[in-house]
Amino acid sequence: MYAVEVEHLTKIYGSGDSAVTALQDASMQVRQGELAAILGPSGSGKTTLLTAIGLINEPTRGRIVLGGDCVADNGWQPGFDLKRLRRERLGFIFQAHNLIPFLTAMENVMVALELNGVTGSKARQRAEELLRALNLADRKQSYPANLSGGQAQRVAIARALANRPQVILADEPTAALDTENGMNVMALLKSLAEENSSAILVVTHDHRMIEGFDRIFEVSDGRIVRES
Amino acid sequence: MNLALRDIRHHGSRFLQTCIGLSLLLAVVMGMAGIYRGLVSEAMTILNDTGADIWVVQQDTNGPFAATSRMQEDLKYRVRSLPGVVQASPVSYQNIQMEREGKPFRFFLVGYEPGGMGGPSTLVTGRGIERRHYEMIADLSLGMALGSRLKLGRNEYTIVGLTRNMASSSGDPLVYVSLADAQEIQFKVDNNALRTDRRRVEKGLGAIEGLGNGQQAVLAPVVPTLAGGTHQINALVVKVAAAANPLLVQESIERWGHLRAISDSQQRAILFEGMIAKARKQIGLFAVILLIISAVIISLIIYTMTLDKVKVIATLKLIGAQNRVIVGLILQQSLIMGIAAYLAALVIINLTCDKFPRRVELISSDLQVLFVIVLGICVLASVAGIRKALSIEPAEALGG
Repeated sequence: MYAVEVEHLTKIYGSGDSAVTALQDASMQVRQGELAAILGPSGSGKTTLLTAIGLINEPTRGRIVLGGDCVADNGWQPGFDLKRLRRERLGFIFQAHNLIPFLTAMENVMVALELNGVTGSKARQRAEELLRALNLADRKQSYPANLSGGQAQRVAIARALANRPQVILADEPTAALDTENGMNVMALLKSLAEENSSAILVVTHDHRMIEGFDRIFEVSDGRIVRES
Repeated sequence: MNLALRDIRHHGSRFLQTCIGLSLLLAVVMGMAGIYRGLVSEAMTILNDTGADIWVVQQDTNGPFAATSRMQEDLKYRVRSLPGVVQASPVSYQNIQMEREGKPFRFFLVGYEPGGMGGPSTLVTGRGIERRHYEMIADLSLGMALGSRLKLGRNEYTIVGLTRNMASSSGDPLVYVSLADAQEIQFKVDNNALRTDRRRVEKGLGAIEGLGNGQQAVLAPVVPTLAGGTHQINALVVKVAAAANPLLVQESIERWGHLRAISDSQQRAILFEGMIAKARKQIGLFAVILLIISAVIISLIIYTMTLDKVKVIATLKLIGAQNRVIVGLILQQSLIMGIAAYLAALVIINLTCDKFPRRVELISSDLQVLFVIVLGICVLASVAGIRKALSIEPAEALGG
């Protein structure tokens, strides 16, 4: 079973003469434990693809199947609580880490757990476990402003992993990092994909980072033009 | 995990500054309500303390507080003789402003018959007036100690007792003297005026046709009593027997044709309508304006704080936060701000209410109502922030 299946996905913004096709007839499959890259220049439609798979951008046409559940078929399928699916099955990693500035590293991880109904000592235990695994145990009480770029991104990864998601969606996770930190993050994502059997989809236009991906989907003008 | 509290903790100084500003505004609102209650309380002090059922005053006047009323003291005998009347005491009231230690010194002088109605019901210290002359009871707010002396007119008065919170409707401290002393202070004129007055009476008698020299000689000794007499009062306070109908007593007095008998409730209405109603509107309007300002400030701060958190809210939404989490974050911050400011205002007003020149009476029901209003304002003020927060798209979390 695929973790993510996308079939003939099309996204059109606007209507009539002002309609813009951001994504056209895109199809892809990613298995659990795979680290996949969505590669392409700015404006190619890769973020549109990511946000559609992330259940925040309703596709105009086509299907999205997550863990065997068809959540979109020419629009969102009724009966699915998209927020709940995002909480339980998806993890997000952002370009600028997007940590909540008024929460400590520990609380940033805990917030994802608490939103999913895991509270108290269980949430604390899980957050500590993740931060320890990511070598951040000594920075758990630090606020994002006091963390380095690499540390902050690792906290963001810990948050994304908190609810043991089936799919992790990463939007340019290395863009704000130097090469060394970027490589470290990629290596970390690869090991996490293998260890947790999560499918990790990384949107990037950074060709330095393409080594190590299990699969690469190249997007251009809203189409997946090459798959390797 | 309470996100609202954590955000506040992170932006502590900004939150604190806003709360201080708001608390000062709310303290003014509390002060306004307290001033209004103080006005009512002061206006009713004499009425409450006197405990009269009927106020007999000069006809066609709203005396003795809202208008000047002057009548002869001996009317008390006639009123006392009415069926149902238990007690009828003459009283006089007079505003006095003088200079003391280079500063204006104002008080409201009450003249009453010791043992009768109209005097102070309770004393903080000292004793009541026992001698007919030159003794005085003053309110603590006058700032004079027991045993100290005060010169009024040609005589010096010794303070033999002190009261607390006894003030006139204009907020001046009450000072009590015997009726005889009060009449002398209020009605006694100087010798030149007295002589002029007597000559006018004598001239008037002389002008009466048919009055012979002998008759004029007989009338001469009564001239001093006809001119410049001091046995006048401002009102008679009347206590009616429990079994008697005060309305009948009022009607009996008014039938005499030269007096007006005002019931206690009428007297209160006169004082309230004439002296407090406008102040209430004024104070009420100010309080409403201040509350609106508070609402605008809370609203602006909450909205600004929401704008600062656009990326945070988008991220929370993206990772699956329900709307109630987002609404709770904004609403709780607004409520925490309002409650913190309210509590700080309560401390401020309690620490400062005694420093106001006029009485500030903080009534718990007023404060409770204000608390509910503040909560309402907080909810309303957070609406703009909540609307903004709910309109934020999760996709805004993406990108640099």
